[in-house]
Amino acid sequence: MRMTMVKALNSGLRIAMENDPKVLLMGEDVGRLGGVFRVTEGLQKDFGEGRVMDSPLAESAIVGTAVGLAFRGFRPVVEIQFDGFVYPAYDQIVSQVAKLHFRSRGRVRMPMVIRIPFGGGIGAVEHHSESPEGQFALTAGLKVVSCADPHDAHWMIQQAIASDDPVVFMEPKRRYWETGEVDTETAPAPLWESRVVRPGRDATVIAYGAMVKTCLDSARAAEDDGLDLEVIDLRTLSPLDLGPVVESVRRTGHAIVVHEAARTLGLGAEIAARITEECFYSLESPVQRVTGYDMPYPPSRAEHEFLPGLDRILDAVDRARAY
Amino acid sequence: MNQVNPAAHEVPFVQLLTPDGQRVTDAEHSFDGDRAAIEGLYRDLVMTRRVDVEAFALQRHGELGLWPPALGQEAAQVGSARALKAHDYAFPTYRDHGVAWARGVDPSLLLGVYRGTDLGGWDPADHQLALPNIIIGAQTLHATGYAMGLTLEGLVGTGDSERDSAVIAYFGDGATSEGDVSEALDWAAVHQAPVVFFCENNHYAISLPAANQSHVPIVQRAAGFGLPGVRVDGNDVLACHAVTQRALQRARDGQGPTLIEAVTYRMGAHTTSDDPSRYREAAEVAEWKAKDPIDRVRLLLEAEGTTPEFFADLSAEADALGVHLRQACQNMPEPDLAELFDHVFVESTVENQQQQAEYVAWRASIEGSVSA
Ligand SMILES: Cc1ncc(C[n+]2csc(CCOP(=O)(O)OP(=O)(O)O)c2C)c(N)n1
Ligand SMILES: [Mg+2]
Repeated sequence: MRMTMVKALNSGLRIAMENDPKVLLMGEDVGRLGGVFRVTEGLQKDFGEGRVMDSPLAESAIVGTAVGLAFRGFRPVVEIQFDGFVYPAYDQIVSQVAKLHFRSRGRVRMPMVIRIPFGGGIGAVEHHSESPEGQFALTAGLKVVSCADPHDAHWMIQQAIASDDPVVFMEPKRRYWETGEVDTETAPAPLWESRVVRPGRDATVIAYGAMVKTCLDSARAAEDDGLDLEVIDLRTLSPLDLGPVVESVRRTGHAIVVHEAARTLGLGAEIAARITEECFYSLESPVQRVTGYDMPYPPSRAEHEFLPGLDRILDAVDRARAY
Repeated sequence: MNQVNPAAHEVPFVQLLTPDGQRVTDAEHSFDGDRAAIEGLYRDLVMTRRVDVEAFALQRHGELGLWPPALGQEAAQVGSARALKAHDYAFPTYRDHGVAWARGVDPSLLLGVYRGTDLGGWDPADHQLALPNIIIGAQTLHATGYAMGLTLEGLVGTGDSERDSAVIAYFGDGATSEGDVSEALDWAAVHQAPVVFFCENNHYAISLPAANQSHVPIVQRAAGFGLPGVRVDGNDVLACHAVTQRALQRARDGQGPTLIEAVTYRMGAHTTSDDPSRYREAAEVAEWKAKDPIDRVRLLLEAEGTTPEFFADLSAEADALGVHLRQACQNMPEPDLAELFDHVFVESTVENQQQQAEYVAWRASIEGSVSA
């Protein structure tokens, strides 16, 4: 079935709610409006105001009350309206959600999903295009995943809800309205695995979220130059599943990591370190990083210069191969 | 679940001008200006609305990515901001176009954020006006801190009207749910900071009615924090001016903060991306249309003998503003990423400089290959 990522998430949420009465949705405007992106459209009508709650405008309260609901055995799925609005909840996420299982020596579980539409490329005003995933990925006790296409969105949201650990679920809002084939029948790939989405021989390009499509487009463009790029969708950012990456880089000898978040101390740094540790003798060039720059997100009319695009990705591939 | 909040309608508010243009009195507040002063406020209202109408049209023509209309809230914004002295300071939200107007900002500078060419617009020091805040509620703490600074510098309660200063923080009904706003009210009360909290209760936070945010009328929160609260007809520019002026003077005199709840209505969508028909009734909008903040002042002025020339001149002035906004919008310089690196830090870092150089070189290579 072809559908947008928004629809795919919506149908995934619906199935999770049908399967488990303990699953609750909370967030700003998620009820009657169906969320500003309409991801929760129709769910309040069908499941009632008790299970799909329009929360007051208070992110700390959204996550903090979700902690209490989880104590009571519920499985809250909370929506943070935009990436840049998660910070009022940062304390609850980092100091409470991430630590309660550990502090209680495993007695307390926080089976919570924190959905965050993230990333730029949609011409939005400030605070609406950020990439905070690294800040959660480096917080011990949180798991972080990101879907890149409607099929994964449909399944990964259900798997994240089924997880007994807290999951920060990063949704690439730039891809919300793109359609893709969703196979609702066959069993999904496991949640904690990365995946080769395009096999290739000449270099390994590693991405997640919205950048997966950008990298696939780059690979297609590179074909014209006779280059065969392998593209890997990380899918899970914490834990990282670098098995397929290591296997790929050992074959290609070149690795290019792509993300929108700033470069310094970003996820690309960890991935580059791990590639260096595990593929040292296969590497023919230093791991390249194509990322956002180390600055607050710029005004949107400069975002195409700020975000990794085809040119910068192919440039990095050339640099690696010319090394 | 929580839709009905009957008490919200029962708390009286200060009103000095009725929707049909009649002046009424209030025991504690009065508008002291003459007809010329009211004409001045009327001009502010009309010009603010023109900014809104033009910006909305610019968004529809693709010149702006987004626009949050102030439509319907002009009196709350203009009335309160005109009560400020030049040396007072204001912390606005993204919707407070009338505040920017009243602080003397060229309204075309409001457009850059929404066109995507800028993240600010003006130097706050030029207008004693902070940059509009999108992070809901955060600016209430900034205002409180600024006010604490005024006290530390001895600029409060000296009796010297050229010296004594105050601060105003603007925020919405939705914002009252954020912890920052409660913390600001608390701090301001504890420190007796010279700050006025001006809540524009426009009845909605995107799709959510105000009853979703507060189980009591917002004004009643003041008591719990230990500061006076005043409710005012937010569509009555005279009352908004009077109430704010009084609160600001208390603050300047060293008598501490005040919470003002201006009861108004968001006549437009939340932003140009929003479709309010999904969550509110047309009848409700019509009911508020009858309480328009501009119509009532016009009725008053016409009754008081303001000349037709005044209205004609103002209309021409508004048209000229429209032309100015359209031209300025289209002529706004495109943002240059290379230059933006210069503004990340006061003292630039090695990484910052390296990335700037890398970006500049990369762009030169692209431009080189395009022209080659
Ligand atoms: C911290 C934060 N959370 C969420 C948002 C998204 N958002 C933008 S405006 C808005 C509603 C604000 O309502 P209110 O305070 O009543 O102001 P109004 O828009 O009505 O002027 C929301 C939820 C935001 N900008 N900042
Ligand atoms: Mg509001």
